[in-house]
This record gives sequence, structure tokens and C-alpha cells, in this order.
Amino acid sequence: MIINIARKELKSLFSSPMGWIVLALLQFVFGTFFLIGVDQYLQTMSGMVRPEERLGVTEYVGSNVFGIASFIMLFAVPLLSMRLISDERRQQTLTFLFSAPLSLTEIVLGKFFGLVTFLSIIIFFMAAMMSSLNLWSEIDFGYITANILGLWLLVASFSALGVYVSSMTQQPVVAGIITFVALFGLLILDHFLAGDPNSVMSYFSLMRHFEPFSRGLLDTKDVAYFILFIITFLTLTVRRLDADRLRG
Amino acid sequence: MTTITVEASDLTRIYGGREAVKDVSFTLNKGEVLGFLGPNGAGKSTTMKMLTGNLAPSKGSVKICGIDMIENPKEAKALIGYLPEQPPLYRELTVDEYLTIAARLHRVSSKHIKKAVDVAKQRCGLTEMGKRLIENLSKGYQQRVGIAQAIIHNPMVVILDEPTVGLDPIQIRDIRALIKELGGEHSVILSTHILPEVEMVCDHVQIIHKGELVFNGAIEVLKQQRYGNKLLIGLNNPPANEILLAIPGVTAVDTLPNGMLRIKHQDGLSPAEALVQGSVNNGWGLYQINPDQTSLEEVFVQLTYQEQAA
Repeated sequence: MIINIARKELKSLFSSPMGWIVLALLQFVFGTFFLIGVDQYLQTMSGMVRPEERLGVTEYVGSNVFGIASFIMLFAVPLLSMRLISDERRQQTLTFLFSAPLSLTEIVLGKFFGLVTFLSIIIFFMAAMMSSLNLWSEIDFGYITANILGLWLLVASFSALGVYVSSMTQQPVVAGIITFVALFGLLILDHFLAGDPNSVMSYFSLMRHFEPFSRGLLDTKDVAYFILFIITFLTLTVRRLDADRLRG
Repeated sequence: MTTITVEASDLTRIYGGREAVKDVSFTLNKGEVLGFLGPNGAGKSTTMKMLTGNLAPSKGSVKICGIDMIENPKEAKALIGYLPEQPPLYRELTVDEYLTIAARLHRVSSKHIKKAVDVAKQRCGLTEMGKRLIENLSKGYQQRVGIAQAIIHNPMVVILDEPTVGLDPIQIRDIRALIKELGGEHSVILSTHILPEVEMVCDHVQIIHKGELVFNGAIEVLKQQRYGNKLLIGLNNPPANEILLAIPGVTAVDTLPNGMLRIKHQDGLSPAEALVQGSVNNGWGLYQINPDQTSLEEVFVQLTYQEQAA
């Protein structure tokens, strides 16, 4: 049943120009940064730098592409997540889902996975792009895997928050803006608290947990953080929708 | 043997201290069509939302074919097809896509989805519309898609909230025929404020006013109230009222502003024949004789008015 709702969401995304445009634009941006990375790598690494200080091509191009990806996703995810529930509320189509033999958890998970699947397409193309370096060089697949996984978890966390915010309002635009501001706040939280790196608040910063992935480090602590983040917001969404039924 | 498909007991819904629906109880048998009547804001839609599990009742319970809506919402919802007041349509999809999704979400097995979509389209007169975007359909066709969505999984109970709103007369006739047809194998609950519609398609009527049931019974009971014990006659040379009162069965004679006479008579003792005979014998000049029908509207107003007065 979760799959059926996810399929419906994907269908909705692809039956409007929105989905295709976002997909194309993101691919264009990432492709550009990939090319710039490869181009600069050849320039900077061709003899100017001493051999022991040279970076691998995976790391050099990867930091370029994945660095921008986490930033771009900050804009892309709210744009895609904002309609998920708020629009259904506005068009009064939520009744359609509520009247079907589905639990609220299934509805929320379905919508979440629908969005994540869509975003996974983008991430998949990024991975394919990075792997294409393997054609003429030996690349560090471990580094790419950690980055892809980190980005995927980051994007999934963004989506979970987006779904929750979307469930709170009837106006997609409002949902989009709130999601963006909230995500932005969570990303740069540790910048505000730069003086005290051990403060509890900075632990909530999404960026702080994403950073180890971007170095190629896979830490269960960070994976757990992202998963808890996702579960928390999806649970809140279910509670929010349940309140609809109870309070009307 | 009749089987009970819908059982609502003491349904109450409180919105911010105000009772939108109060102690509504009824049962519905298989194959019956129940009409839900009431003025605007009477609580029709609220009741329907509670029946379909879209709204949790503050008190009371709903059972669909014996399955409790609150305890086993999934199983209960699987037996219901619901068309809300505003058809819940995904406008960016085509009719086929939308109905396929509806079938899938209502657990129609994947082998039968295509057939279910075809049958639902054919029943609602949408066969030609499969490839069209819902967005581009007229209001009437959108309404039909909404109905198709509600019957696609062949549910035991079909609940339609004002299904004929916004349709043209021909479409209304089609939809009424469809509802009657559905009533054969499913139970149907429909809400409306078009009174003749109720008389045409429903077996049972409930009138709800200010959240309370003020009338609950077979359509015949309502019809009887309508046809009552009055005759309307037109005479060119009316005799004195006393002469008419002398005819056996006549209990009262009123002269109406337009010159017609309203004759009340005892139940089951129609003086029609005697009146005609009298007219012929005495040259009263009878030009019209009719049973005086209280319009459904009047019955409706009476029922809702009594409630207000009480």
C-alpha cells in the first residue's frame, strides 16, 4: 500500500512540468560543477603541486559536486515537498486517501518514499556521473559511496521535515518557505555557535552530521542521527493528520 | 434475510462546544437506498464524514457490516465507497490514471484493475473520457469521475454527498438511474436537498435538522403524509358549504383565494365519487378534481419547523 501511494506521488510529480524541470535543472547544475571540477583538476594538479600534496581525482571532483549538491538540495527539496500534503488539503483530495483502506502511517510513508524516490533519481545520476571518471582513472568508490549515502540521508531528512511542514498548512507556498527557513537554520546552526563546538545545539546541526560523510567517513552515530530525524518528523506528520480526523 | 450494512448508534460530534450532530442512530439494510435530507448546515456532511471515518465521532459508534469503524478502520473503510461534497480529484491526471490509482488504493487486485476501471467508466458514462485530463472536464463529468471512484471497488456501502449538484437535467436523470441500479446490490446513502430526488430514488428517508434526526422512516410514510386526506376541487357554481359538508366523509371545506375548494375528508373514505355525482345532478359545474398533495417541501418545512418550535 505504501508503494501504491509512492507511485501516485511519482505520477503526480511527473505529470506536471515541475518534476521534469527540477530534474533537468539539477542535473544541469551538477553536470556543470562536475565538468568544472574535472577541468580544474587537470589544471591545478598538472605539475604545480608537489606529488605528496596531490589530491585524488575522486576527492577533488567529488567535493566540488557533493559540496554544491547539499546546498542546492536545500532549495530543491522544499520546492518539491511543499505540495505533498498542503495541496491535497487545499484541493480537498485528502478525503480520497482518508476514505481508502489505508492507515495514516501508510499515507505519510507513501508520500515520503515517493518524494525520496524522485530525489534518488537525481542522486543516482550523480553517482553515475562520478563513476564515469573510472573510464580514464582509478577512482575511490568508497569515497563516492559514503558521499552518496550521506547525501541521500541528508535529502531524506530534508524531505521528512518538508512533509511535516506541508501537513501543517493549506498553502503550498507557505509550506515551501517555512521548510526552506527551517532547513537553512538547521544547516547553519553550528555557525551560530562556532565558539562552543561542544554545545548541545550544534549537535542538532544537519551539516555537522553530513560533514563526516563528505570526507568519506561512515559513522553510525551520524547515520543514526539522520534516521532519528526522519522518524521524528514522519511521526509528527502522522500525529498532525490524526488531529485532522479528531478535531475536524 | 436482510443483512445490516450500516449501523450508526448515538453519533455525536461536538465542534467547539456546539453539537453539530447529536445522537444520530440508524441502521441500513443491504440493497436499500437511504436519503439524507436537511437544510444547509444541518449536519448532513458531518454525519457522512463520521460514517466514512474521515472524522472521529465525539461519541457513539459506526459499524459497517458489523466491523467497527473506530477499532478496525482499514477493514471498515474497504467496504465503503465515498464521494464527498467536493469530488476529490487529482486534476493533473487523466481519468484512466486516476481511476487506476483509486482501484489500487482500494485493494482491487492488479489482475482486475483494468476491468474494474472499464466497468466503473461504463456505469458512469465516462467511456469516451478515459484519456482526458480531469482538469479539462466539465463540472458534471468531474462529478461522474467522483462517483466512478466511489464504486470502483464494488463496495458494500456507497455514500454520496450531494451527488447531483452541478449536473444538467439529463445527467441528473442518468445519475439517479445509476443510484437506483446501485441500490440493487449495494446499500446507498445519499444526501441531498432536492426533495423530489429523494422520492424518486430512495427507499428510506431521514431528515436531519440542527444535528438531530427529526424523521426516520420509509419513503411511503413520507408519501402518505403528502397525499393525506384532502381533495382539491374546482366548481363553476359552488353550492353552499353546508351542502358539501353533508356528503358522507367530508369533514371540512375551505375556500381558497383562487376560488377552488379544499375538502378534507376522513381517512380512507374519499368523497370524490359522491362529489362528481353531486356536481352532475345539481349542475355545480365541476371542472377539476384532484387529491391535494402537500408538497414534499411542505412536509419538510413542517418537520423542521416543529423541531424549531419545540
